[in-house]
Amino acid sequence: MTLLISSPHAHGGDSIRANMLAVILALLPAAGVAVYLFGWLALFLIVLCMLACMATEWGCLKLMKRPTDRIGDGSAALTGLLLALTLPAAVPWWMALIGCVAAIVLAKQVYGGLGHNPFNPALAARVVLLISFPLHMTSWLMPMHAPMLIAIPPLNLYDFSTCWQLFWFGPEALGKGLDAITMASPLGHVKTEWSRGIGAIEALRNYDYSYLDAFLGREAGSLGETSALALLLGGIYLLARHTITWHIPLSFIATVYVLAALFNAVNPEHFAPPLFHVLAGGLVLGAFFMATDPVSSPVTPRGQLIFGIGCGILTWSIRTFGGYPEGVMFSILLMNCAVPLIDHYFRPRVYGK
Amino acid sequence: MLPALFERFGLNQLWPTGGFPGGVHPPEHKITADSPIIELPLPPQLILPLKQHIGEICAPLVEVGQHVLRGQKIAKSQGYVSASVHAPTSGTVVGVQDHAVPHPSGMGRPCLMIEPDGEDRPDESRAPISDYRNEDPALIRERIRMSGIVGLGGAVFPTFIKMLRDQRHPVQTVILNGAECEPYLTCDHRLMLEHAHDVLRGMDVIMHAVNAQNGVVAIEDNKPDAIAVMRGAIEAAGMDNVEVRTLPTRYPQGGEKQLIQTITGKQVPEGRLPLHVGVLCQNVGTAKAIHDAVCLGVPLIKRVVTISGDAVPNPANVCVRIGTPIPFVLAQCGLEDLNDVRLIHGGPMMGERLPRTHVPLVKSTNGILAFHRQSLYSEQAVEEPCIRCGHCVEVCPAGLVPNELAWHCRNDQFDRGQDYNLFDCIECGCCSYVCPSHIPLVHYFRYAKGQVAKIEKERAFAELSKARSEARDNRLAREQAERAARRSKVRKQHAPAADKAAKTAEKKTDEGKTGEGKTEAVKKEGDKA
Repeated sequence: MTLLISSPHAHGGDSIRANMLAVILALLPAAGVAVYLFGWLALFLIVLCMLACMATEWGCLKLMKRPTDRIGDGSAALTGLLLALTLPAAVPWWMALIGCVAAIVLAKQVYGGLGHNPFNPALAARVVLLISFPLHMTSWLMPMHAPMLIAIPPLNLYDFSTCWQLFWFGPEALGKGLDAITMASPLGHVKTEWSRGIGAIEALRNYDYSYLDAFLGREAGSLGETSALALLLGGIYLLARHTITWHIPLSFIATVYVLAALFNAVNPEHFAPPLFHVLAGGLVLGAFFMATDPVSSPVTPRGQLIFGIGCGILTWSIRTFGGYPEGVMFSILLMNCAVPLIDHYFRPRVYGK
Repeated sequence: MLPALFERFGLNQLWPTGGFPGGVHPPEHKITADSPIIELPLPPQLILPLKQHIGEICAPLVEVGQHVLRGQKIAKSQGYVSASVHAPTSGTVVGVQDHAVPHPSGMGRPCLMIEPDGEDRPDESRAPISDYRNEDPALIRERIRMSGIVGLGGAVFPTFIKMLRDQRHPVQTVILNGAECEPYLTCDHRLMLEHAHDVLRGMDVIMHAVNAQNGVVAIEDNKPDAIAVMRGAIEAAGMDNVEVRTLPTRYPQGGEKQLIQTITGKQVPEGRLPLHVGVLCQNVGTAKAIHDAVCLGVPLIKRVVTISGDAVPNPANVCVRIGTPIPFVLAQCGLEDLNDVRLIHGGPMMGERLPRTHVPLVKSTNGILAFHRQSLYSEQAVEEPCIRCGHCVEVCPAGLVPNELAWHCRNDQFDRGQDYNLFDCIECGCCSYVCPSHIPLVHYFRYAKGQVAKIEKERAFAELSKARSEARDNRLAREQAERAARRSKVRKQHAPAADKAAKTAEKKTDEGKTGEGKTEAVKKEGDKA
């Protein structure tokens, strides 16, 4: 250990570990909603991903002959949790495992480990999965308690053995096809209806969409993205704790809202309403927990605003004009690329200059 | 309440709440705020470094064995930016030698050793200037210069230089810096409580010397008693043009540039002085010292120091003679055994860790903090990778991007470092304080600044050598050209005499020979030079 004699000799007590644990804590409400909607299956996925990410991280550190106690900083566990929350509940276990290895090895350790990854590891891994397994990554398991489902869900997800079978052996083990137990997400539904020439308003009407259910989270989607309420609770905790600042979440969500409102005002039949955009898909999860990943976002307040606005424009554009129904993930990753440039050009004003 | 909430959520950047950008609020630990200043006894020996200020080192005026009186000048300044040293008590000079001084390197500097005779007889050659208001400001500045007064807030810049009048930039406002934003330190706080009148008179002397129209006493809101006392003293003295301004408690509120922005709303432009925005900043302790020098005729021979930290049994504010060994001062506060104790010279945010304990207390010492080894953060910290959280950017009062800057400094990319405004860093330590990865950012910046200074020095030396050798080459070439010109002139004069052609031809060869000889001689001379 080098003996430091330089000031300051006091410290505020912040640490990487404390920050990572705070984010994990802030994600617990969303994880709770996931368990409420998807039962044991959500729990299995979350535990599997967290353990797999930590094990992979440990292996990488061991291979690179770095101190393995780095695992204790909690960053790998957080990546695992974030990745799990972005997965559809019906993904096979081995797919989640591939995602975990991709997140830690491809998106993090090859760049030099914590602090050096240009992309958010969880999102990069999700892209790997989405491109490799497009069918599974866009098949949303029918959740429990979703009022818009006319029939009761085909599977009782609170039953341990059902979920155990489904998790390890897939729906075939229960004698059902993937189609029979999954449904479209609101965003996916709107996209499909558009391709059939039906406007957003009409599409939402025949989907039986409700803002309240979207806010509370009683709809189809990835494990942790459905409930804006749970995510907001966690986000406010992080803001109050000063782990994140308001710049990225606010500018991100506000940009999506404003863009959607503008186009919706011009052609309300075709373009989806702004509130739908805000509550749908992974926007709240992405804005509060993904885009704010410190390593892959800008460091300066102004840069963070630019970053958030860029994410917002890209998200709305991909959702409206792109090939994928959801654009949050791609928008954040694309803006991650721009971070070095943003950091270079949007520095704070130096005192006296 | 609301501003605090804004700050917590980072909203203060949306709606500026006044003051300087960034800053932190560390736990104050002002445990000595209620302990009155204690006058310490004389130590068995005083050690007086000949350089206790920014600038040139002083030259001793006394010899070993000589007897000196209290307040007698014992070392004179040798340059313009310098401050003389005075004997803190009467006694005998017992040595002029190198001794360790309070410096993070533990290095030695020439010091005068004085053994007090215990009588403490004063040198009465300097009369007080009690009617300073009718005195020539130049004379007051000279008195301040002769009294060896430097900025006692820690910067130790000779005070008289700051008070020079500049016709183009008149000083409108004198700011008395009583912010004392460093944790633990309470010496300025106690000075304001116990010597409010003297401090204010000192401020009045400054205002008279620079012809300022108004004055501001700046105090952080964690010292309500000092604010009340100063307000009362201003009223009692009838100083209508002086006001007390309450500042939010936020480190580094007491930094000169930060204070000026909080008080005036203006930033000191880059490369300029506070003077250029019409402001003069002086520390509370400096004002007291100026009062003593001008109104009492006593030079800077003692100062108030806060002795605190978790290893000190009886923390206190003490008034000590300059040159008193630090172990002696600590022993007076109940700390005898300095093994496993870490000493900080100054406050915890900007103070230096002292690698050697047997050093004297100097003009810049505003506090001595003694911590148990295990409770000193800077010794326990283990650096982790930067996670780019941006907290350092938020808190930097200079508006820098510390994480990027540290990256360049650590990799010896000093050009990039300067591109990231390395030299605008004021080393306040806010970035290191908030860093979750425990990166010693300030350490890297200091390292880089030192390296840049070294490189600049080497470059300047190389350029000087180059200029010298070029000048020599030019001189030689010029001399040769001059000789050639002279020669051809002579040739032309002789040319019309055609009948003497044969003789000229002979002469030419002679001249050529002597000419060549001369060139060689010149060359030799040049080599010698």
